[in-house]
Amino acid sequence: MATQVEQFRTCPVTGLKVHLPAENLIKANAVAAVVFILIGGILALLVALTRWPAVHLLPADLFYRALTAHGVNMLIFWIIFFEIAGLYFGSAVLLNARLAAPRLGWFAFILMLAGAILTNIVILMGKADVMFTAYVPLKAHPLFYLGYILFAVGALIGCGLFFATLMIARSEGKYSSTLPLATFGLAVAAIIAVLTIVAGATILIPTLLWSLGIVQHMDPPTYRLVFWLFGHASQQINVAAMVTVWYLLATLTVGAQPVSEVFSRTAFLFYAFFINIASAHHLMVDPALSPAWKVWNTGYFFHIAVLASMMHALAVPASVELAQRRKGYTRGLFEWLKKAPWGNPGFSAMVFSLLLFGVLGGITGVVFGTEQLSIISHNTWRITGHFHGTVVAGTTLAFMGLTYYVIPLIFRRELVGKKLAAIQPYLFGIGVTLLSVGMMMAGGFGVPRRHWDVAAFGGSPFAFEFNPVIYPLLTMMGIGAILAVLGGAIYVGVTVGSVLFGKRVTSGPVSISFGTSTPASGTNPAKNPQEKTGGFGEPGTFVLAVIFLAVFIIYYFLNWKWLASVWPVG
Amino acid sequence: MSISPPERIWWKPLHTEEKVWLALALIFTLSTFFFMPIWHVIGSQNPPSESYKVSPAQFRDRVSAFVEQYVLKDEAGEEREEKGIPIVHPPPGSDVYLMAQSFMWYPILELEKGKTYRVHLSSVDVEHGLSVYPLNMNFMALPDYDYVLTITPTEAGEYPIFCNEFCGIGHHRMVGRIIVKE
Repeated sequence: MATQVEQFRTCPVTGLKVHLPAENLIKANAVAAVVFILIGGILALLVALTRWPAVHLLPADLFYRALTAHGVNMLIFWIIFFEIAGLYFGSAVLLNARLAAPRLGWFAFILMLAGAILTNIVILMGKADVMFTAYVPLKAHPLFYLGYILFAVGALIGCGLFFATLMIARSEGKYSSTLPLATFGLAVAAIIAVLTIVAGATILIPTLLWSLGIVQHMDPPTYRLVFWLFGHASQQINVAAMVTVWYLLATLTVGAQPVSEVFSRTAFLFYAFFINIASAHHLMVDPALSPAWKVWNTGYFFHIAVLASMMHALAVPASVELAQRRKGYTRGLFEWLKKAPWGNPGFSAMVFSLLLFGVLGGITGVVFGTEQLSIISHNTWRITGHFHGTVVAGTTLAFMGLTYYVIPLIFRRELVGKKLAAIQPYLFGIGVTLLSVGMMMAGGFGVPRRHWDVAAFGGSPFAFEFNPVIYPLLTMMGIGAILAVLGGAIYVGVTVGSVLFGKRVTSGPVSISFGTSTPASGTNPAKNPQEKTGGFGEPGTFVLAVIFLAVFIIYYFLNWKWLASVWPVG
Repeated sequence: MSISPPERIWWKPLHTEEKVWLALALIFTLSTFFFMPIWHVIGSQNPPSESYKVSPAQFRDRVSAFVEQYVLKDEAGEEREEKGIPIVHPPPGSDVYLMAQSFMWYPILELEKGKTYRVHLSSVDVEHGLSVYPLNMNFMALPDYDYVLTITPTEAGEYPIFCNEFCGIGHHRMVGRIIVKE
């Protein structure tokens, strides 16, 4: 078995045995992810500066093209490449196991890359000005759909390798009782991913045939229903993956361990069972569907999937509080938080991701996803603000934070520009907050999403003036976008710089920390003086959670008040 | 550790925070769920549920007939219009048609305050979104489907309507009017 031994190295930081073919695939997928966030980020700036009326940068056709490409690159290519890297990491590396069929992994990578490049080329050539959603009967060039499909097939193979690796690890005795929590969370993400990708194929293959003229007719509401089964459920992959990253970063930055494994695992299971019927969120004010169908499906099975997120939102900070208190930061409610490693971008990214996902993305997600409240939010900029809270401030920022650990652990390079990296999550977090809040408040005045000219309507004969209060909000959005793009540029710069020019991490105990709590090694810090279960050990987190709930309730009922003031409709 | 398998017995009792939070969050999420069906009973604003299949050609015919029947005429018998779009004043309680077409809304509806109308909304080409300003009420206009909005304007005034679903390169020019009379 000499060959197999050579295929592993032992990580000097975590003690994990790293399968080298898995490591190479992780690197390839992570690099691709960073390339696509770079493309998506440049497009983000162009789009935001066009929607800021004071700048109004691009002409209409280029704006819609850039917006289509921005959505596809960010929402699909950046995030899913990173997630595939995460799946290989969570299975092979965390379980000390070999990755199943690495060659198939490369085949999947090439399919995904080919699909992503193809789709980008078709969009940039102006053959697919149809937005990320490509609602029929708007028609794109067939290669646009083909690119999507190739990418999806590649991602599906990646998920398959993840499950196969879990089985190999199990049969080779790498784990016995159950998976580590991070792998468990990723398994949930991968289960959702399989359902999502199958839904994507179910709708995109007939749409490809329709664009080729083989299928004659596509039913618009059916397309919307199945497309969003792919489009929204794929955001639930992101949620599960992001929450996993929160737990990972809590462990890596302050040595936290989950307060109650059963609590966190149950919350992950709730995702797997109840989150994937979310396409209804986009169809609340559509014809052809009954109110009962809408309420049941938008309501996530009595909102159990929302409950799951609220459970994680307590569990992750509670695990940090517990770890900090064990280090002796026990004074008052919040000493543990004050003395946390705020200069470590892994930590600050995790905190901002959690906070902003909850407050900007989570609260508004429940509100705008409420059947009736959709009347006053559907297709407005409120929605865009919501998902920049979830996918950008939440998922993207979490992935950025994890990257600062992937570079030393997987690429085995020291970070260059540690000081820049340390401020990066702050800059990005503040930028996305301004952007998202600006969008949502303007959307409350009716400002639509995906619109080139809310100031003059392109000279339409019926042009009207929005309430002038939107202009400071649009400026806020524009400034926020610039800050966020700057934060994104630092992220790409630090990542690329470190991978190319960072000092090689060789052997021996290496510190990957940023001057504070080093991560504990892979063992369980079981012996603890206050290891009493069932106590009231994390009061600070609980107070924060109750404040969050109060804000949630206030915003929720404010929206009903706003709804009650519009014309009766039914 | 989230990166290593837990101890053999990992299903330990929950901490007090976790139990209390679980209870609070569950009460809240159940409330937000059940508030949706409750609003169908106590509230006046619900997404309409009445819709029919209709082909674009059929819908266009119905719109034409509707406009011909109820278009406003001035003293000289000329049909009233604004910027080429006819202004139509249907009787209260009647069936009203609003057609979305790239990149215009047709016709201009003139409604009466406090009266209820059945507004048939559809598209004759691609998907469009109806947004009524400044109310910020939003509904989808899909081709092949007639979406019936039973609606009661409560205040007089001119209400711009615009498209909020991307429908092509002229999407941002797609603006129209609803007029509500005392």
